[in-house]
Order: sequence, then structure tokens, then C-alpha cells
Amino acid sequence: MKRQHPTVLRRRAQGATAVMAILLGLLLVAFFRIQVLRSETWRLQSESNRLRPLPVPAPRGTIFDREGKIIADNVPGYSVSLLPAPTDSIRRSLQDLQPILGITEERIEELLQVYRLRPTDPLLVESDASFETVSALSERRMQLPEVFLEMRPKRRYQAGAAVGHAMGYVGEITAEELEQPRFVGYEQGAIVGKEGIERQYETLLQGTQGTRIVEVDALGRVVGSFRGQTGKPATPGSPIHLTLDLALMEWIHRIFPDSMRGAVVALDVQDGGVLALYSSPSYDPNLFVGGIAPEIWSDLTSDEARPLYNRTTLGRYPPASPWKLATAAIGLQLGVVTPEERMPVPCRGGIQFGNRFFRCWQPRGHGSLSLADAIRHSCDVYFYQLGLRIGLSRLLEEGNRIGFGRQCGIDLPQESGGIFPEDTGFWEERWGYRPTEAEVLSLAIGQGPNSQTPLRMAQFYLALARNGSAPAPHLLRDGAVAEAWSLNLDPGSLEVLREGLRRVVRPGGTAYMSSLEHWDLLGKTGTGENPHGRDHAWFAAIAGPWNEDPEIVVVVLVEFGESGSRTAAPIAAKTADYFLRLRYGIPIDTVQTLREHYMVGRPAPWAAR
Amino acid sequence: MTRLVARWMGDPPLVSGLLLLSLLGIAVIYSAGVVNVPSPVVSSAWQRQLIWFAIALAAFTAVSRVPLRWLEWASLPSYVVAVILLAATLVVGTGRGTAQGVKSWISVGGFGFQPAEVAKLATILALARILAARSEEPRNLRDVLAPVALVCLPLGLVVLQPDLGTALAFVGILFTVLYWAGTPVLFLVLLASPGLGLILSFNTWLWSAYMLAMVGLVYLHRYRLYLVESLSVIIANLAAGTVALPLWRSLATYQRNRLLVFLDPGVDPRGAGWHLIQSKVAIGSGGITGKGFTLGTQKRLAFLPEQHTDFIFSVIGEELGFLGTSLLLLGFGLVLFRLIRLAERAPDPFAGLVLLGIFGAWVVHIFVNIGMTVGLVPITGIPLPLVSYGGTFLLMTWVAAALAVRLAGED
Repeated sequence: MKRQHPTVLRRRAQGATAVMAILLGLLLVAFFRIQVLRSETWRLQSESNRLRPLPVPAPRGTIFDREGKIIADNVPGYSVSLLPAPTDSIRRSLQDLQPILGITEERIEELLQVYRLRPTDPLLVESDASFETVSALSERRMQLPEVFLEMRPKRRYQAGAAVGHAMGYVGEITAEELEQPRFVGYEQGAIVGKEGIERQYETLLQGTQGTRIVEVDALGRVVGSFRGQTGKPATPGSPIHLTLDLALMEWIHRIFPDSMRGAVVALDVQDGGVLALYSSPSYDPNLFVGGIAPEIWSDLTSDEARPLYNRTTLGRYPPASPWKLATAAIGLQLGVVTPEERMPVPCRGGIQFGNRFFRCWQPRGHGSLSLADAIRHSCDVYFYQLGLRIGLSRLLEEGNRIGFGRQCGIDLPQESGGIFPEDTGFWEERWGYRPTEAEVLSLAIGQGPNSQTPLRMAQFYLALARNGSAPAPHLLRDGAVAEAWSLNLDPGSLEVLREGLRRVVRPGGTAYMSSLEHWDLLGKTGTGENPHGRDHAWFAAIAGPWNEDPEIVVVVLVEFGESGSRTAAPIAAKTADYFLRLRYGIPIDTVQTLREHYMVGRPAPWAAR
Repeated sequence: MTRLVARWMGDPPLVSGLLLLSLLGIAVIYSAGVVNVPSPVVSSAWQRQLIWFAIALAAFTAVSRVPLRWLEWASLPSYVVAVILLAATLVVGTGRGTAQGVKSWISVGGFGFQPAEVAKLATILALARILAARSEEPRNLRDVLAPVALVCLPLGLVVLQPDLGTALAFVGILFTVLYWAGTPVLFLVLLASPGLGLILSFNTWLWSAYMLAMVGLVYLHRYRLYLVESLSVIIANLAAGTVALPLWRSLATYQRNRLLVFLDPGVDPRGAGWHLIQSKVAIGSGGITGKGFTLGTQKRLAFLPEQHTDFIFSVIGEELGFLGTSLLLLGFGLVLFRLIRLAERAPDPFAGLVLLGIFGAWVVHIFVNIGMTVGLVPITGIPLPLVSYGGTFLLMTWVAAALAVRLAGED
């Protein structure tokens, strides 16, 4: 090719330059548009790209006892979560976490299920990681990009098993619970009350979770907190004040024999507040914090002593002799008996009614007794006759009015109602026969188709300790207190009943050995006939300073305890003694009852009184 | 001393521009490695690039002293060798890094290189050689058949790899060299028309209008064209429109997605649109002054794809802002302008054609690479000359620069 003329070359050069200039000019315009004109939009997107709000869990409200002592509070714990990502990478991350957290395959599937339900929320894998786990995870941060460690408050119950049944426990919200209307607004991973007070006052205790802005990278790894934009701090749950006495609960936990199953309910005579609610065997609610280990859970559920079963409010037992006071109260109220009146048939170890001989528990017999002495000796023959005077239908009517067929209405999520025949139709429905008057004999001494919870019995004795009326037992200190029902008794009649109870703890009474040095103790032993095994032991106690109004009601039930006077009464007496000593500043002494004085050989000059 | 450096450079304006761009490239590759969760491969890339830079400078020194006769003599054999290598790549080639599916690498004893980079230069030389050997400028379409065939052979092989980006560079080479050889612009338009028709065929109405315009164009120039030429142009356009659909179907899904996403990045924001959206977010959030060297958050947090190779310009946009991008565009503009200037003053037609060929390849690389980061061009895996990480590419860019300097400096 010949050399071109310079002007031709110049023209071509100009053409090439023009094309180049157009192309570069296009780029320049494009960059000007995106970097100068619309920069703000892209800047915002860049931030939303990398900034992500994360929930900040709110600490649960502190639970205080009546003295302002802390029953449940929070301590810092660590949770392990995964940030939102495609399901595949969530699954992979879970498998990577498996050896470190020790989670099972089933748990992984469960978590994936939860994740599919809410794919945009961070997935909580472990809500209470140990310090070792946290450090192991921090070391492997590179390999586990989506893992997100977070400090979250965790529940602590310093008294442990002493407050188990009263507090209930907390746990992670389940997939089913998330669907329920009462958990609207809750998110996966939320810690909610599952039982007891924790569940009852969940809405108060929960608080409102806050948000925290974190910076994440393209793979969802949290890079750190972002300081440019502040989140919303969490609002802690409201503190609640209970009527419980923490020291008393711990005392009961200490004195209740480990080998025995039973229940202790202590009520404040003043306002009906629950001072103690203890079911044995108990469980440590701390075990549930951060998810209970499966083996502990299966131990708890398979144990035949049923530690998760709250005997104070759910357990129903034949009320036995303590219920004779109900017969007496109904008799006095209906005016079918006067305090000093003797029954026509004196006790000779039993009474013939119809074609059957009804025995007294004392084969030697009690002779002719006044009402107070009949209570003192728990004479069956007296109460058979009193029952007959009242009559079956009136006894059922009045018993129902007092509420033996209903729940007490305590502020706990679960409570059993008593079993008490509403009317004579009960027998026909259950067993298909019309009841005869003979049924009233069993009912009058607390046997027959009558089962009561320890809580219900405590409420009944509360009425006896007060002016004949009793509010519903309640745990929240400032909750509304309703006068639930009244025995409709005049003060004189009540005093007669109390005198009877007082004599039970006097020389010759069934609970004399449980009498106390400093306090006026009233009580009633009971031995509930148990068709399934050894008898259940009852003791219902009322106690207070001498010559003053009573201050505490304690009901103790010991399953298969056989003897109310030997197993249940000492527990009740020691509970009342401890409470009153604390209240009046008398030093605590483990030698409390008369029997304990005798056993350690300490003189008990007050016992002769 | 200054004279010595100037003599080494051969053409100080061009070479100092290239040096500055290369150093900036290494700095940005370093920055691309500064991320929150660093990967060893990317964070040490700048060191490897520095070594390659030294090698490239050595090659520049050597090649810029090669006797010119050798170059002309070697142009055709080197073309043949390059084509053979490209063909071999299809058989023994391997993918690398993120482009695993693309067979563009040949490994020789643990040392890999991309034959396509060599082929570009060889094709420029061969093309310049045969066009310079002609006594006349191309006067009709038949005259350009041989050059077209010469380019289409390596181009076809590159498309088969498949590496659409590099293929575009061959197209750039063909057109700029033909243009410089004096081919009438009309012919170039007619030559390009089937390609344009292919693109427009996605819309029947648009394509029909385009075909009418083509017929009109041919009719207007009926006295300059042979009937055969006119007919073949029309037939080629019709054929392009017809094969468009089967061709589209034959594309890999990712390639189709890239084209679709170019039209609307929102169609698949988490998948194929991801690269483009994240790149635009990075560049746009850089604003006028940028977030500062090594401080780009999009880059740091791994939102940017291929940040040290194909999307390195996004890092520049995010960290250095509009000031940085416009300065860099200006730098590239000056280098390209200098190439044109050298071609204009070239001592013989061969030198001018080679310079324009290099210009053509670089223009395509620069425009397509930078254009795709802002969505001006569909995303194709094509590196930015001198700045993107890549050994063979940097080396060949400097070898091309050496050729340019050598050819332009000859008297």
C-alpha cells in the first residue's frame, strides 16, 4: 500500500478520535449521572445493603417477694443465631455448628422448620451458650460466616428448686405458640413463660424488644455494630411483686423430707396472699433456662414421683378429717347444733346406721363430746350424727356454696377444681343409683366422693382464721382481692371452731407433739383413706401470737404419709413457727416443736400450759 | 538521565501514561484485597501483579528493540501459531477462578496463559500485513473478504471458548484496521449490519423497520455497489434475523441472563442482576469524592463481584468517586489519542495499521469493561487494560505498547 497523503490520514485520525471521544464521553456522562446526580439514592441503597436491624431481647421483669427480695432476675447469657440466608446455606451452617453446639439431627430439622416459617428473621440456634462454646465459635468466625453471637439476658432463680412450682419456668416460644393469638407480636426465639407465675404474668414480664443496627457483608456476616445509626433500646419487662415469702419457701424446701411427695400451702391471714406454695418433689427452674437438656427433660417427665406436677393446685386428695370443720361450720350456720350440745349416741367406737355399722377411727370410743372436743378428738361418731342432722342435700348445697366443687381462682395458669357432688344426681350419673342418707355419713367426715386440692383446704382454713370469709388466694401483691365466699358464721361460733382446733394441739390432742413455744397453734390432723396405697397425711394449721389474731394458715399434705400427726403436722408447725419468728424477730431455731424438744432433751416448760 | 529514560520509553507521552495507569492499577488491586474477611488469593494479588509488571517492563524493553523486519516477517507465522493455540485451548484449555466454565487457559508446567491475548496481537500484525501488502485501498466488499476471514477465524475460536468479551475485541480490531486502511464507511456499516440486525431481531417491528432502512441504504448507494454485494448484504441481514432465535436458545443460561439483566437489572436482583446492581451501588455511593482509598464499604463487605479483575473499575468509582473515574477516563483518552497520533505520523502503512489495531482492541476493552460497571453495556468478562489483575493480559498490553513505540519510532 502506498503511503497515504497526510490530509487523508488526518481526516481518518479525526474520525477515529471522534469515535473514541464519543465512547469515552458516553462513559463520562453515565458516571456523572450515577455518581453526581443520583449519588444520594445509591448511597442509601449502599446502607440498606449493609445495615440490618436485629432484635435486642428485653430482659424479663424481675420478680420480687413480699419483702422485696429477688426471686427471679436476669444474668447475661450468650445466644447463637444465624442470619437470614438461603435455606441451603442455613442447613450447611447448622451442620457446621453441630459438633460445636452438640445439637441433634432432629433439632436441625426442627430449626429449619422454624426458619421456613420466618425466613427473614435471624434464626436462634442456641439461646444459652456456655462460655466455652462462645469462645470456640469466635475462633471459627471465618469458617462460620453466618453465625451471629449475641449477649442476651437469661433468667436466674437464686433459690432454685425452692421456688420451682410457684415460678414455673421459661422457654423458647414454640412454633405452635407463635400461631396463638396470645403471642401476637412475638418473634421466633422469644423467651416466654411456660408455667407458673412466669406464664401467668407473661405480658407484664416480657417487656418490648429493641432493635440494633449491625453492619453485614454480602454473605450476611455481621461485621460489627454500626455507630452511625442508633437502634431502639429494649424496654425491660415490668417488675412484679408477689405475696410469696422467699425465705419461707426456702425453709419449706429445706424441711420437707426429700423422700416424700406432697404439698405445702401457706396463706397470709391478713389478705389471703399466698406466702408459700411448695410441691415436693420440686424442680429447679434454672434447668429450663436456655432450653432444657433432653435427658433432664426425660428424667423429669418419666420420674414416677412426677416432679413437674404441682400438687398444691393440681393434686386432689380426699380431704379427710380437716374437712370435719366444714361439717361443723355448716351445722352451726344452719343452727342444727349448738356448741355445747352432745350428740344423742355417745361414741363407743362406732354407730349403727341402717344395716351397717360405721366405725370411729378410735375403736375404744370417745364417749359424749361437745363440738370443740369432737374436733379435738376428731370423733367420727359425733360427725356422723351431725351429718345426719344436716342431711345430704343441705350438706351438698352448703358445701357447694363454700366452693368445694370449684377452683379457688388463684392467679396461676392451671388449677384443679375440687370434686364435690353438686347434688344427689351425682350418684346417679356416676354409679347409677339414688344416694341414701348413708352417703352423708362418709361426706361428713371428709370421705366419700370428695376430693380437694391443698390450696382449697388452705382457703377454707383461711376463712376459719378470719371472720368466716376468705378471698381467693393470690400471688400478685397488688392484685385485686375478691371476698370469694363467706361461712356466714357469727364470731362466737367461729371461736368455738377455733377452740376445737386449739385443743388438737393441747395435751391429749392428736397434734400435741407439734405444739410450739412462742405461738398459739391451732390445727387439724387428717388421714385420707387412699384406695391406691398408704393413706395420705393432712395437717391444716392456723397460727399467730398468743391472744392475738392469727396470722398464717398452713396446709400440708404428704402423699402416703399415713399419719397426719406424725408426718404432716410437724412440717406445718415448723413452717408457721419459722414465718412468725421472722416476723417478730425471734431467732430461728431448728428445734421448734415439742417432739423436737423431747428428742434433743431440751426442757419445754411452755408445754404444760 | 532524562534523555536516557526518554530513549527507553521511545514515546514518552504514551509510555508514561501507560506507566501511571499500571501503577494505579496495582494500587487499586491492593485496595481490592483490603476487605473485611480477606481471601488470601485476592489480598496478595497486588504482589503478583507487581511481579508481572516487572516482567512486562522487561518484555517492553526487549520488544521495543526488535528489528522491524522481524516483526513483518513474523506476523503471519505468529498468526498461524496463535490460531493453532486457540484451537488447542478448546481441547486442553481450563477455566480459572470464577470463570471455571470458560476454556481460555493453557497450562504449561503449572504456568498458565491465555492464548487469546496473544492471538489479538498476532491478528493485528497479520491483518496489518495483508492490508499493507495491497496496492490499493479496499474499494468493494470483495476486497475486505480476506481481512474479514482472517479475523473471523480466531474470533470464532474465541466465541467457542466461550469468551464473548474477547471476541468483541477482535471485532474492534477488524473495524478500526479496515477503517484505517481506507475502507469506505458505508462498507463498514454494511459489514456491521448483520450484527446489528441480530440484536434488533428481538423485536419484530424494530427489525422490520431496520430491514427497510437497510434496503433503502443499499438502494441509495446502488451505483457504488455491485448487485451481488447488495444482495448478499440483504441476505446476510435476513439470515441474521432468522438465526437470532436459535442462536439465543443456544446461549448458556448465564449468558442469556446477562443480556436480559442488561435490559433490566431488576429481573433477577439476587442472581444475574446482582453484579450490575452491586456495581452501580458501589459506584453511585462513591459520589463526587469517593469513600477514600481502601475504604469502600461495598467492596469491603464483599458486595462487589470480581473486584480485582472485571469489576475493578467499581472499586475505583466507590473509593475515588467521580473525580477518580473522570481522571481515569481522561488518562485512557490521552493514551488512545496518542495511539491515533502515532498512527497518523507513522512512517509506513503497516505501522499505522498495527497502531490502529491496538487502538481498536484497547477501545473495546476500555469501553466494554467500564461501560458494564454502570450498565451501559451488557456484562461480559472482559478486563480493563493495565488496571485489572491478570498476568498475561498485562504482559501482552505492554508488548503491544512496545510494538506501537517501535513501529512509530522507525524512520
